[in-house]
Amino acid sequence: MSTTVNHIPMPARAEPKLLSLGPLEWARTNLFGSIWSSLVTLALGYFTLKFAVGFIDWALIKSVWTVQSDAAGKLDPTACRIVKGEGACWAVIWDKYRFILFGRYPYDEQWRGAIVIALFLALFVISAMRRFWRKELAYIWIAILTTIGVLMWGGVFGLVYVPQDLWGGLPITLILSTFGLAFAFPLAVLVALGRRSTTLPAVKFICVVYIVLIRGVPLISLLFMASVMFPLFMPVGLNPDKLLRAQVAIILFAAAFLAEVVRGGLQSLPKGQYEAADALGLTYWQKMGQIILPQALRTVIPPLVNTFIGFFKDTSLVLIIGIFDLLTSGKVALAEPIWQAYSTEVYLMLALIYFCFCFAMARYSRGLERELGRSVRR
Amino acid sequence: MTPPDAGAAIVLDKVNKWFGPLHVLRDISMSVGLKEKIVICGPSGSGKSTLIRCINRLEVHQQGTIIVDGTELTDDLRALDTIRRDVGMVFQSFNLFPHLTILENCTLAPIWVRKMPKAEAEAVAMELLTRVKIPEQAKKYPGQLSGGQQQRVAIARALCMKPKIMLFDEPTSALDPEMIKEVLDTMISLAEDGMTMVCVTHEMGFARQVADRVIFMDMGEIVESGTPHEMFENPQTDRLQLFLSQILRGH
Ligand SMILES: Nc1ncnc2c1ncn2[C@@H]1O[C@H](COP(=O)(O)OP(=O)(O)O)[C@@H](O)[C@H]1O
Ligand SMILES: [Mg+2]
Repeated sequence: MSTTVNHIPMPARAEPKLLSLGPLEWARTNLFGSIWSSLVTLALGYFTLKFAVGFIDWALIKSVWTVQSDAAGKLDPTACRIVKGEGACWAVIWDKYRFILFGRYPYDEQWRGAIVIALFLALFVISAMRRFWRKELAYIWIAILTTIGVLMWGGVFGLVYVPQDLWGGLPITLILSTFGLAFAFPLAVLVALGRRSTTLPAVKFICVVYIVLIRGVPLISLLFMASVMFPLFMPVGLNPDKLLRAQVAIILFAAAFLAEVVRGGLQSLPKGQYEAADALGLTYWQKMGQIILPQALRTVIPPLVNTFIGFFKDTSLVLIIGIFDLLTSGKVALAEPIWQAYSTEVYLMLALIYFCFCFAMARYSRGLERELGRSVRR
Repeated sequence: MTPPDAGAAIVLDKVNKWFGPLHVLRDISMSVGLKEKIVICGPSGSGKSTLIRCINRLEVHQQGTIIVDGTELTDDLRALDTIRRDVGMVFQSFNLFPHLTILENCTLAPIWVRKMPKAEAEAVAMELLTRVKIPEQAKKYPGQLSGGQQQRVAIARALCMKPKIMLFDEPTSALDPEMIKEVLDTMISLAEDGMTMVCVTHEMGFARQVADRVIFMDMGEIVESGTPHEMFENPQTDRLQLFLSQILRGH
């Protein structure tokens, strides 16, 4: 039998140019591909437009930005009353923004709160940059968090002492969530490792009980326990303050959830990775620190950040035990009789602040995922 | 057959192991002399992997004694550290660390386990990567390499620990045919340098070329052992005959 030569290798040809679609072409195929598609596009377009126009009309065109003060220096919200809810009354924000941001913190000392917020933002930005992912980052954290403590409390360097129950607003929200996650995350990793331990059954049992118990109750009940029941069990004189107790409750709660996320990452790794590390003679902590956790945590960045975002918002639950976080101070600002009718404006502002933080976290996690994913092409 | 003397690199005496009700290793006794090359073959599920994984205690045996390089394998962690340091292992599925570069894969254990300075570890790693003929890939990640290249990195990674004994568990079974040779060549050159080697493999050509002894396992037992020539030309048992005929048909 003879063979047939059916192809002689030729020099590689260039890849054909992608047919790029113009915007019109794109719209025709994606938005108006069929009758149904066109109808849905038109309907959605109509509602979006109507809503947007209405909102702009309310928020920007018919809105009132400032109100006059009367002879006694009191604000007079008549201008707001005249628009009868057809326009936003941003004057409430103008009047109350400092109270919303800093709560009952002494008015003349609120610049300290502003610096604290700036420091937190700087801390987040620095921690987000991979360039700074070194041991020194831990020192930066300690330094910044200490400075934040000094600024909030005062009592040194000529700063007036401000007792903790006067703290409030955005600094409280940032303190609760930052300290919360900073402690909860390492704790969660340890609990997740403990839960998968095969050689230490007692540790495993404790970790399982911890996760099951904490996950089985709502955060609100933990906060109540921390604020009401906990002092009953403590010896007289040894009574950590309310903020610290709430902080501990948040840490314990967050850690239980994060531990389950981390465990998912640990389980997703093939057994071969553990075996290769063992065969090379790495110790347990070397194996976890160098091989297992870097891979496991990478795979769970999306659910991890999801949990972070959830907890950032859940810190607002401290409202029910009377801690003055951002949401509480917004509510209290609205208690003033002249502004009671303008809660929408205040809540919009609060939502915007929460949104900025959560959106930044979500975007950052997407970028991180992509960047870290590049090296791991399996 | 080498007697189980004190100079042996590995001695197994009446080793038994069960996975639940499954008796995977049955009274396994064997010894591997210094610089000896052993090939273990046998049908799938006969306990070959389990046997060689017992040698560096990735699996724990339940009865009998295993002595590696003069140290008995027990629950003692110190002894285990010594043994794992001196015994290198190459897996069927490579098991490289995908988040580390090739170079980092190779230097990790020397730096952390042998406490070698980083520069020295990198020099050693580059030397061994040159030996397995892929020094130019050092900065890449495992996912960017072909299977054959990955397996050669895995061999280099094990060698970086300067082991006295190398274990191979079907190192070529997961490879495309055209890549098998490059890995076998690496193993042959290692054998020529006098490494003590225990290889689970069905590459009969390799066995003929380098093995001092071939061990045939079936159903958790050592059925037959001898030189490659004796074993392949003149199998004594029906089970080995059957196995050889299946292997030859398959190739
Ligand atoms: N971790 C394990 N748990 C339970 N059974 C196992 C485990 N590992 C292997 N086995 C069983 O032990 C037997 C021997 O397996 P193995 O040593 O991998 O065989 P081989 O490598 O010769 O193919 C097989 O029946 C396998 O299913
Ligand atoms: Mg096997």
